[in-house]
Amino acid sequence: MTVESTAARTPRRAGTGSGAKRTSAGAKKSAGAKKSASAEKATGPGTQPELVQLLTPEGERVENPAYDKYVADVTPEDLRALYRDMVMTRRFDAEAVTLQRQGELGLWPSLLGQEAAQVGSGRATRDDDYVFPTYREHGVAWCRGVDPTLLLGMFRGVNHGGWDPNSNNFHLYTIVIGSQTLHATGYAMGVAKDDADSAVVAYLGDGATSQGDVAEAFTFAAVYNAPVVFFCQNNQWAISEPTEKQSRVPLYQRAQGYGFPGVRVDGNDVLACLAVSKWALERARTGEGPSLVEAFTYRMGAHTTSDDPTRYRRDEEREAWEAKDPIKRLRAYLEAGGHADEAFFAELDAESETLGKRVRDVVRSMPDPEPMSIFENIYADGHALVDEERADFAAYQASFADAPADAVTGGEVK
Amino acid sequence: MAVKKLPVAKAINESLRTALEADPKVLVMGEDVGKLGGVFRVTDGLQKDFGEDRVIDTPLAESGIVGTAIGLALRGYRPVVEIQFDGFVFPAYDQIVTQLAKMHARSLGKVKVPVVIRIPYGGGIGAVEHHSESPEALFAHVAGLKVVSPSNSSDAYWMLQQAIQSDDPVIYFEPKRRYWEKGEVNTESIPDPLHGASVVREGTDATLVAYGPMVRTCLEAAAAAAEEGKSLEVVDLRSVSPIDFDTVQASVEKTGRLIVVHEAPVFFGSGAEIAARVTERCFYHLEAPVLRVGGFHSPYPPARVEEDYLPGLDRVLDAVDRSLAY
Repeated sequence: MTVESTAARTPRRAGTGSGAKRTSAGAKKSAGAKKSASAEKATGPGTQPELVQLLTPEGERVENPAYDKYVADVTPEDLRALYRDMVMTRRFDAEAVTLQRQGELGLWPSLLGQEAAQVGSGRATRDDDYVFPTYREHGVAWCRGVDPTLLLGMFRGVNHGGWDPNSNNFHLYTIVIGSQTLHATGYAMGVAKDDADSAVVAYLGDGATSQGDVAEAFTFAAVYNAPVVFFCQNNQWAISEPTEKQSRVPLYQRAQGYGFPGVRVDGNDVLACLAVSKWALERARTGEGPSLVEAFTYRMGAHTTSDDPTRYRRDEEREAWEAKDPIKRLRAYLEAGGHADEAFFAELDAESETLGKRVRDVVRSMPDPEPMSIFENIYADGHALVDEERADFAAYQASFADAPADAVTGGEVK
Repeated sequence: MAVKKLPVAKAINESLRTALEADPKVLVMGEDVGKLGGVFRVTDGLQKDFGEDRVIDTPLAESGIVGTAIGLALRGYRPVVEIQFDGFVFPAYDQIVTQLAKMHARSLGKVKVPVVIRIPYGGGIGAVEHHSESPEALFAHVAGLKVVSPSNSSDAYWMLQQAIQSDDPVIYFEPKRRYWEKGEVNTESIPDPLHGASVVREGTDATLVAYGPMVRTCLEAAAAAAEEGKSLEVVDLRSVSPIDFDTVQASVEKTGRLIVVHEAPVFFGSGAEIAARVTERCFYHLEAPVLRVGGFHSPYPPARVEEDYLPGLDRVLDAVDRSLAY
């Protein structure tokens, strides 16, 4: 069954109103989606989750009168590009996991399984939109044009962010859960003040929806009609805690209480994620305010390389989600439609290997920061105590016989 | 007319007005700051003149106020947010400490977050709990934040101008018990540096260091001591992070004695930091250990006993006597 969410049916704009109709094809072909939704515990009358899906797990296209138009202009070349994004992102992620296992990174939060949610939403954004990620948005960073090796610095321990957020309108990773949803909302309030038609996307996870900051972000976004899309990747697990520990209702339905629409989308369907994100971004751009997208997906790996999912979840669950793999799904669609040939896949394999090698080489050659860098960029306008401690530490370093030249000269390292 | 006689609250109001006029990117945000003009009327009339888009009544959510101010700052705005009372800042403490303070460093200096957080603080007004606290040490302890507190109308006006112009986050503690005390404000003078201390009364026998609401208390103590033939120097710290230790050191080297006075609990307070540094800097000039006068290690007490908790003239002079007895 392919229908809109309850909230999305609110007739706020033409085309996404109550005209959503099921097609017989959709009803039949998306049976898998229906099954997965039905497996959810019903939490009350009328709260049965509904899922926007355009590609079934088998890679068959299903019609959706409400959202088809948002991907009507997607060409076979675009589909190949989406596929490439997902493959490259997965390859990058796999390399990072390996690097962590080899001791080159201290920690890594893998996005395995969430490629469609991130690429679909990331590719829906425009250059002038602004993205506020959590710490797992490697695929979104890829879509925003951020050099993936920049994402690794904080996990290697050479910085706490390290890229210029304004270069790609992609803010620093935020580790405290949900904090960035307020930054995104404030930024969006600024966009509205500037009369700009760009939009802001705040990424969050299912666990973050329990945070007070997210509730406050929803409140502020609603009250000020901020052009922000809250893109929640419900990957089912907040470290070891399932979504049932976060909410008694499907997460997308939370939006209704704040006065803006919420939609649940198949987070393993890149086309559906693209379509729903475009819908939400268009709402934001045209002054209709915030929306919540819940991308219903699954984190195939551990929360980070530090935890062990076998302690808290069953193998069968993971296996069931493997059947819904976002990359396999799009590949099946590309192949069935004759949109990509073997040469394309082979070239992509080679390209992704090249990326893996580059990532490996860059990480291994990342220099440790100079000790004196501890004192840099704490304040924009300087601070007397920092100056004093910098000078003291430089003198201390210079007191060693083999002191580096910069310590001897007072440690004014730039 | 460049020189006006204004109460502290009105000086802050004039300062906000000047900043809003000078820079369209300056915003005022907080609970009740618009139509009501703030619970202390500090923002009185600003929304009427600058509109709801620039003087913004917010939902009652402190983390939301600071968190969205961070986002606005990232967009190029300069938000000046009001936390209604000192004890209400804690819901926003996470945003201030984990986000606001660190963002400049995390971006390797690429982004700036020029957010000013105004907090009416301190006791002496007979309020209920959470309305009379002095949490300045909690903020001064956090790298990335600057913490200031004016004690008079002129500083209230100028230090807020400087805080708003700063590219760093500044916590601006307003001594609410002094809101109604008048002082001269010269809006055309050249202000002292934001983080410089100033010697507000010269003396030779001992130094009193204070900031915010306790400066006046110390000046009154110095006047009383003078009647007993004791000459006390009073240093208004003005800035709690950073602290202008050069000015403090010069005074201590002159008098040989130091008493630090603040309303906050003494334990782990800013007085401890000052005592330690002064000991390091002028050990051989000290004639007595550095003494501290402040609040007790207790929650801020009910209003009927707050005068026993707050440092007053007698407790300051008692400390002076103890110092001089060495």
